[in-house]
Amino acid sequence: MTQAARGSFRQFVAQHPWGLWWTQMVRLTRIELRRNLFSWKAGWIYFLAFVPTFILLIHLVFSHHRDFAIGDDTNILAGIIQLYYIRLGVFFGCLGIFSRLIRGEMIERSLHFYLLSPVRREVLLLAKFAAGSISASLLFVSATLANFALVYAGFGAAGSDYVFNGPGLGQLESYLTIIVLACLGYGAVFLLFSMMFRNPTPAAMLFLGWEIINPVLPSLLQRLSVASYLRHLMPITVGAQGIFALLTVQTESVSGWVATVGLLVLIAAVLAYSCYRIRTLEIRYSTD
Amino acid sequence: MSDRIVFEDVSKFYGEVLGVNRVSLSIPPGITTLVGPNGSGKTTIMNLMTGLIQPSTGTLSVLGLTPADANEFFTAVGYCAQFDFFPRGITGWQFVLDSLMLHGIEAQMARDLAVEAIDRVQLGEAASRKVAGYSKGMRQKIRLAQAIAHHPRVLVLDEPLNGLDPMARAESIALFEELGRQGMHVVISSHILDEVDRISDRVILITGGYLVAEGNIHEVRREVHEKPMQVLIRCDRPEVLASKMFSINHCVEARLHADGKGVFLRTADIDQFYSMLNGIAAEGLVKIDAVAPADDDANAIYQYLIGTEGAAS
Repeated sequence: MTQAARGSFRQFVAQHPWGLWWTQMVRLTRIELRRNLFSWKAGWIYFLAFVPTFILLIHLVFSHHRDFAIGDDTNILAGIIQLYYIRLGVFFGCLGIFSRLIRGEMIERSLHFYLLSPVRREVLLLAKFAAGSISASLLFVSATLANFALVYAGFGAAGSDYVFNGPGLGQLESYLTIIVLACLGYGAVFLLFSMMFRNPTPAAMLFLGWEIINPVLPSLLQRLSVASYLRHLMPITVGAQGIFALLTVQTESVSGWVATVGLLVLIAAVLAYSCYRIRTLEIRYSTD
Repeated sequence: MSDRIVFEDVSKFYGEVLGVNRVSLSIPPGITTLVGPNGSGKTTIMNLMTGLIQPSTGTLSVLGLTPADANEFFTAVGYCAQFDFFPRGITGWQFVLDSLMLHGIEAQMARDLAVEAIDRVQLGEAASRKVAGYSKGMRQKIRLAQAIAHHPRVLVLDEPLNGLDPMARAESIALFEELGRQGMHVVISSHILDEVDRISDRVILITGGYLVAEGNIHEVRREVHEKPMQVLIRCDRPEVLASKMFSINHCVEARLHADGKGVFLRTADIDQFYSMLNGIAAEGLVKIDAVAPADDDANAIYQYLIGTEGAAS
């Protein structure tokens, strides 16, 4: 964005009654991003995001790639996204990032600085959600891009042809959408948990269980699961076997846009309830 | 807009535990000190005042505002809380600047205000270092800088003198006095009763969650009828003065000063006492050099109303 465009956007924002909220939200998000991404405590989230990347790098260096194996590797990549990132990596990464935003600040006894700032609590919550979502998306989208590049780099011209002339880029787009939606969905849930529970981890484990058993529940209850929406957006269905079958969601067929809108509505509902909760949040560090 | 901090029948319960009970206050501008033993409810009152906790019953407002109007309320109020914790990895400068940026003001103005606040608490070069490496006194200073940086009209300070060395303490007191003179509301909780005396326009005594007394120190002292007031009279013949006062049956206790050049007298009616003293001085029997109340201070009021059981530490 050019300097002039930035200036006119600022003017546009300042003219509106919500201009102050926007400014505060942008500034809060910047502060939170700095703290989310550049701290030693975030190390394990980087680890969760880039473990598959490291494995794929080793695979690229030490394995021979034959053209006919592109299909197999495409399935492996789909499996990594569906079974690792959605079920474990993004899930626990978001648990780490979003739990820290409220509960972590209570444990560190620094939340009151935010609550004493001239910012509506709803704006504070949404800024924290935005910062968490950007942090998580940045890490996991980067990892997904790297994974995608590493999977097809070993195939040379055939890999390049698959990506640019075949279904490759379309699949990448779907994976990135899924990862971002997963970050938003799990983020909203864990942000709420961090306000509701002193230790959000047991609740998160119950939620993981809920996500796993969700496919066998009635279709109305399936709508209360993040992973079930994401499943409909997968470009390739992974038929998991054995223990991994537990991590694979089999839900009724729903079109991609319905799944996306459905998940966004679920996220909005969770955030609306979180906004209600934060209005009555009290600072009582001694009992928290 | 009201210029007062108003509590109307405010109670706060933490589950079954009483925080404060049926507190009604109307605090005008100036320096007001909350005095009470540990666990008496001072911090609860301050947290209620700043919206960190909500009252179980009753209503309160600060200059007619409530914390629900966060933008207006926290532009008017600065709170230096007792919690000695900071966001992880932050420098003093960043701590103050981040806080100012949330007010929505221009970045350059925020930087100017941050410099001014840090100068005001005399933290100097240390502001560029991480707060984690600060001494207790420096942490206290940077919290104070953050609370005053946006020029609030109400400043709430929970034990602001804790951890400060004598020099820093004197500087902080001078700052509070200056802010009080500027017409700000400065609400302080403190255990250091001598300093409370020096700086307070009024005191609020609280114990066990109950408000015991509120007002100007001298007015509060006068209201404590069951404890006769003590006056130190510096004179050339203290024993004669004591005997004269007893003879007119107006003193309940007399004690000679250690240096023999004065006497402490206790009286139940201070106005009549002063009138009689004038009479004695006019007779020329005793040459009076100075007269001063000896138990008309926060320490004495504390002892009389709250007692030594929960003595301020």
